[in-house]
Amino acid sequence: MTLEDFIKNIEAEFEDIVPGKLTPETNFREVFDWNSINALILIAMVKTEYGAAINAEDIQKSKTINDLYETVKSKL
Amino acid sequence: MAIFSIPNVRMAGIAAAVPKTEVSNLDYKWIPVKDREMLVKTVGVEKRRVAEQGTATSDLCVASAEKLIQELGWNKQEIELLVFISQSRDYIIPSTSGIIQDRLGLPHSCVAYDIGLGCSGWVYGISAMASMMYASKIKKGLLLVGDISTLTASYRDKSTYPLFGDAATATAFEYNESAVPIHFNLESDGSGYDAIIIQDGGMRNFISKKSFDQKKYGTGIYRNRLQIALNGIEVFNFALREVVPNVKKLLQDISRTPADFDYFVFHQANLLMNETIRKMMKLEKEKVPYTIRKYGNTSSASIPLTIVSELREQITGGKVNLLTCGFGVGLSWGSVAIEANKVVCPPVIDY
Repeated sequence: MTLEDFIKNIEAEFEDIVPGKLTPETNFREVFDWNSINALILIAMVKTEYGAAINAEDIQKSKTINDLYETVKSKL
Repeated sequence: MAIFSIPNVRMAGIAAAVPKTEVSNLDYKWIPVKDREMLVKTVGVEKRRVAEQGTATSDLCVASAEKLIQELGWNKQEIELLVFISQSRDYIIPSTSGIIQDRLGLPHSCVAYDIGLGCSGWVYGISAMASMMYASKIKKGLLLVGDISTLTASYRDKSTYPLFGDAATATAFEYNESAVPIHFNLESDGSGYDAIIIQDGGMRNFISKKSFDQKKYGTGIYRNRLQIALNGIEVFNFALREVVPNVKKLLQDISRTPADFDYFVFHQANLLMNETIRKMMKLEKEKVPYTIRKYGNTSSASIPLTIVSELREQITGGKVNLLTCGFGVGLSWGSVAIEANKVVCPPVIDY
């Protein structure tokens, strides 16, 4: 699992994001209108791409894309 | 793990009824238009059938059962088992099964009882029917499964209101020594009992003035304690964690592979959730029918309703191997491998 791949996978799932716009430091809540459906999309992507399960608390604790990446990595 | 097989019981017919009134989530004014479109696209519910207040789950069950009995040509005097499964019974007291037994004109020799389950209800119900019929040699039985969920969802709760639709079903079983066995894998985890819950109105939190106070639980989420609460993320994670291992364990135990099944019918929970499960199982799209777009999440009715709506021609015309899995409130989940061989199946009834 690489950070680059992780970002690509997120860009692929969320249509609102212009590819290339996300960086590790991006606060994902500011990029698009964050809501519970987006959380489900993220959880589904992490499960299918990495076989890892993240919960609401994991997402709540994360601010940036890198935080999310580290959380997922710690669950592999 | 409760994995078991029951012989000598055949699924003879299946019918489903939905209320006539249809609503569209694109008209759900509580949330912005953009959110409605995202909801339809991601959660997958565009239209839902909504029962009028005063219509009970039993009304839809009776409509399904009467049509099914008529098309089967069954003698009602021979129906000696009736199981009603729901999370939205007619009354707190008494059970609904007896009311249905009487309304259908079934004999007093009929065993009738309720089981309180939701999304896993049809799968659990088949296990109850098959076990009892196998042991007792009762010749004919009816499994009535359904829910009216829209009544208890708060309009100002975007996490529940646009999700649910109402429906109820009837499935007929007969004792038949040449029937192929039905295989089950049933599981439970009550530690998640509050993931889908109506807090008040039972004995734990008896109804009080406080029950009617509407509170805010998040952006766009207001409800009182008599309305259904759903922890979407918790349920989502539960389903992604448990469904695939459950189905795979059943397949392994009965020495079958997904290729041995014509269709996989999952509880219609949420399109994103179901599609994630489908991809995890590596199942072809053609083998996984959906009704969530036109009927919403119909709780316990969703599996039989999807079979009637989407597979009617296949199951009436020949032999179809089905693997179905229900998962949700309880938490309760289970899968069943069952053959549908030229079963009687009238089209979905508009009630």
